[in-house]
Amino acid sequence: MNITGHDLIMACSAIGAGLAVIAGIGPGIGQGIAAGHGAAAVGRNPGAKGDIMSTMLLGQAVAETTGLYGLLIAMLLLFVQPLA
Amino acid sequence: MNNAILMTSGADNIDFMIHGIFSYEIFGHEVWITTSHVCILIVMLLLAGFSVAANRRMKRATEVPDGFQNVLELIVEKLDGVVYGTMGKVAAPKFVNYISTIFVFILMSNISGLFGLRPPTADYGTTLALGLITFFLIHITQFKNLPLKQIWTDMCSPLPPWLPLWLPINLISEIAVPISLSLRLFANVLSGTVMMALVYGLLSKVALIWPAALHVYFDLFSGAIQTYVFCMLTMTYISQNYEAE
Repeated sequence: MNITGHDLIMACSAIGAGLAVIAGIGPGIGQGIAAGHGAAAVGRNPGAKGDIMSTMLLGQAVAETTGLYGLLIAMLLLFVQPLA
Repeated sequence: MNNAILMTSGADNIDFMIHGIFSYEIFGHEVWITTSHVCILIVMLLLAGFSVAANRRMKRATEVPDGFQNVLELIVEKLDGVVYGTMGKVAAPKFVNYISTIFVFILMSNISGLFGLRPPTADYGTTLALGLITFFLIHITQFKNLPLKQIWTDMCSPLPPWLPLWLPINLISEIAVPISLSLRLFANVLSGTVMMALVYGLLSKVALIWPAALHVYFDLFSGAIQTYVFCMLTMTYISQNYEAE
């Protein structure tokens, strides 16, 4: 089996894409912390549930961005193949 | 060889890319009309038809609403409530039209994946345009509402205004606003599109009814959340320029 340079680059791109989506760990932890504190806040003050929900979702969506950057890098490596 | 990674799984019917439909030359550049344009046109025609119907209904509005008028009043009141709740009484009347428009447009674009279209917001061109509109809106309101001295002070913010060492970093963070806004929306919708395409492409025989649950999550839930977040961040950035009042 001959491994050409292109094959090697494709394989390394796949490994790199896999490594890039490890970025999902951070937003996962962050969103979990935000949801936990949101639940605690609703427990203390059930009347403010609406405000807490919207603030929590906003913060979670902003925290999600870094994970999405990792996903974008993975997509670029796999489908656009800038290195090949 | 180009799709080597996907080919090994034996599926060549996975398709989530944007396709060109026809190309034309303008000023020596080759420009393509793509599937995104067609989908965006469908969404636009749908919204335009809806608004024409709404306009004709509201011209003969009755004191006690019924049927279609109820729906329209509900939509407008909800959007008004969100915008007024976030921006306050001073800024909200100026921006409620823009925010409501992009809200309805992004929402319809995101959930158009349900109807077999490729969501127009899964094309970076669309979301970058939306992000740039927001960016210019933020800075136009800033220069209209705040005195130049205060803008300069804000730009040099942690250090005193006569020492603009921090200015380049603040400028970069200003430029990052439209990029992060547009990339957030784009990547969320794109990830949903890609995952649905993978499910349908790789499990073509098995994917019968249960992908409906995935559609509910990726298209409805994620799409609605991202719409809300985009509009919310736009409103927050704009109303920062009204704090002096």
